[in-house]
Amino acid sequence: MRGLSLSIQPGERVLLLGASGAGKSTVLAGLAGVLGGDDDGEATGSLTVGGRRPVDARGASGLLLQDPDSQVILARVGDDVAFACENLGVPREQIWPRVLDALDAVRLRVPLDHPTWQLSGGQKQRLALAGLLAMRPGLLLLDEPTANLDPEGVIEVREAVASAVAATGATLIVVEHRVSVWRGLVDRVIVLAADGGVLADGPPDAVLADASNELRRAGVWLPDEPVPVASEAAVGAPLLTAEALAFGRGPAIARRAKRGSRRAARSQAQDAAALPDRVDARIHEGSALALVGRNGAGKSTLALTLGGLLPPLGGVLRAEQALASDAASEPSAWRSRDLLTRIGSVFQNPEHQFVASTVRDELAIGLRAMHERDDTISARVDELLDRLALAPFADANPFTLSGGQKRRLSVATALATRPTLLVLDEPTFGQDANTWAGLVEMIAELRADGHAVVAATHDDEFVTAIGAGRLLLGASSEVAA
Amino acid sequence: MSIIAPVRQGPLAALNPVAKLGAALIVTVVLLLSIDIVSAAVALGIELVLLCFSRIPWRVLVVRTAPIWIAAPLAGITTVLYGRTSGVVYVQWMFVEISDGSIQLAVATTLRILAIGLPAVLLFITIDPTDLADGLAQVLRLPARFVLGGLAGLRLVGLFADDWRALTLARRARGISESGALRRMLGQAFALFVLSIRRGTKLATAMEARGFGSSRTRTWARQSVFRGRDWATLVVAATVAVTAAGAAIAAGTWHVFGA
Repeated sequence: MRGLSLSIQPGERVLLLGASGAGKSTVLAGLAGVLGGDDDGEATGSLTVGGRRPVDARGASGLLLQDPDSQVILARVGDDVAFACENLGVPREQIWPRVLDALDAVRLRVPLDHPTWQLSGGQKQRLALAGLLAMRPGLLLLDEPTANLDPEGVIEVREAVASAVAATGATLIVVEHRVSVWRGLVDRVIVLAADGGVLADGPPDAVLADASNELRRAGVWLPDEPVPVASEAAVGAPLLTAEALAFGRGPAIARRAKRGSRRAARSQAQDAAALPDRVDARIHEGSALALVGRNGAGKSTLALTLGGLLPPLGGVLRAEQALASDAASEPSAWRSRDLLTRIGSVFQNPEHQFVASTVRDELAIGLRAMHERDDTISARVDELLDRLALAPFADANPFTLSGGQKRRLSVATALATRPTLLVLDEPTFGQDANTWAGLVEMIAELRADGHAVVAATHDDEFVTAIGAGRLLLGASSEVAA
Repeated sequence: MSIIAPVRQGPLAALNPVAKLGAALIVTVVLLLSIDIVSAAVALGIELVLLCFSRIPWRVLVVRTAPIWIAAPLAGITTVLYGRTSGVVYVQWMFVEISDGSIQLAVATTLRILAIGLPAVLLFITIDPTDLADGLAQVLRLPARFVLGGLAGLRLVGLFADDWRALTLARRARGISESGALRRMLGQAFALFVLSIRRGTKLATAMEARGFGSSRTRTWARQSVFRGRDWATLVVAATVAVTAAGAAIAAGTWHVFGA
């Protein structure tokens, strides 16, 4: 990014918007002084925080990142918050009062020796925020702090930020696609242009009116946007039936179980703790089913089980004739190659699924495993590259793509072999409005073609937009607890 | 996910981890000098007496030291069958030769593994990684950057297990689980390697964002003190080692490096 001129006054609360790749995260990293040195790139112009270079002013600003897991540094809650104070050379007798203040400010009320790995995603983000607040920074920088959280976690973090800013009077800069979360808290909105510079800058109401339609094009989630409603799709033959299905974190199926060892695998599976829900579901051609419920209710585990990747821990999971054709009726007994044309699974983290060194090869993997002819493969790959707007990146390494591009690629790899049933795990996590709308449109087309879709998701608007039936998990365990 | 939690019961847990590290080191170094029955037996005897005062629950003790109780006799049996032959030969069959020499060596090896392994496990299962890092940096004055980097990295180990599982499932979903086992493993290991580096980079950014690596002198929220009881631990370890070596020398069985 280049040619950006901005001035933010002390105490301002700013929401920073812009298209993917406009450099929002780069601005925050620069202000936090973690952008790296001359080895990592070229810098022109000047960037100062309170008149000093950010690298010299460590501790004057605090940066909160998107991924809760990678921000936990130490094993105990108190030590983790104290870490920043130690680095800044705060004397020991002042550290612990600061730690308690900070934990109080983010309303994280757990013992100081509570293990950090036991915290939920929202709690981890609040812990990281407490770690920053303990530095007593004048500037708080939040880089999509709620993009990976469930709705409860989003509210937890927003409230924690609100009370911390109110208590300290710190300057706040937030980057976030979902405007409605932060709108009530900020008093200025800045929109970065994709080619550098500032597109719009001013009070929230004026900027978000989006006179030029520029924000919508940039993939920003505008508040009060109407949610599209799916049109009816014709429902065909039954594909997959679950009867009193018990599921849980059983052993991963690496390859098809041999006939003799299948019973052993079954008894091993029963040792794994099944989640409290027993699921009854019927999935037909052209239908859509959303798995909803709180964090930890088992949405992902059920998605993996329906996808034939985890063994059922009890009850029945039966692939009907229209899905199984010549294969066995238990998806968990299929070879992995049998899954390709039957059930495609898209994981929450796209990076787990990438196995090739270019986008083009990535799309061809499944087709090659099916021993398709070369010209058939390249025709299908070209078609997918075009449809999902990935053609410009055909020779790029999948890991170098942006978040939205990675999501589109991981969906495309599953679609390449035209599976009858598509299983998606949190497909809209951390996506901008454009990727979101693209997914919704694609699912509508798939359903019209007679494919079925199962999605584990927190995103209520997405469920409405794809017109899916809801399967609520974790309700029974809540009553029991 | 976390790696196995440290044991917090008993007086050992209250010791400075650096003292425990030192004690284990003293016993190990002295007992490795000679392979004979007397020194190992004496050391093991004293250690078993000391064990009675550790106040670590028996269940925990059995579970955590199980690998040593299994490994030591196995090493002994192997030595009986294949160890250096001397004295009377009792059995000879293909490469197997059981003799006075190999039996003696086997008993000495078994006792030695127990005498070194037991105290090491006991001392280490009571160490909390965070306390060890504090001790290494404050007592031994190792560079804080290095020590804390290692400590933070340790936390990622638990995430590797989850990543590996997800990678296994993902490969089945992509239809490539049936390709050759070796190729699949190598590919998956490389993927885990890439993911680990990315996680490490993110962690480093999060640490820098909290002032890690700034030029200011670091303070420590938790003080790591080397107290009298920590010195006493080192003295006890030295006593065990010296008594064992002394007994062996007196008995005439002490041979440095089996010479």
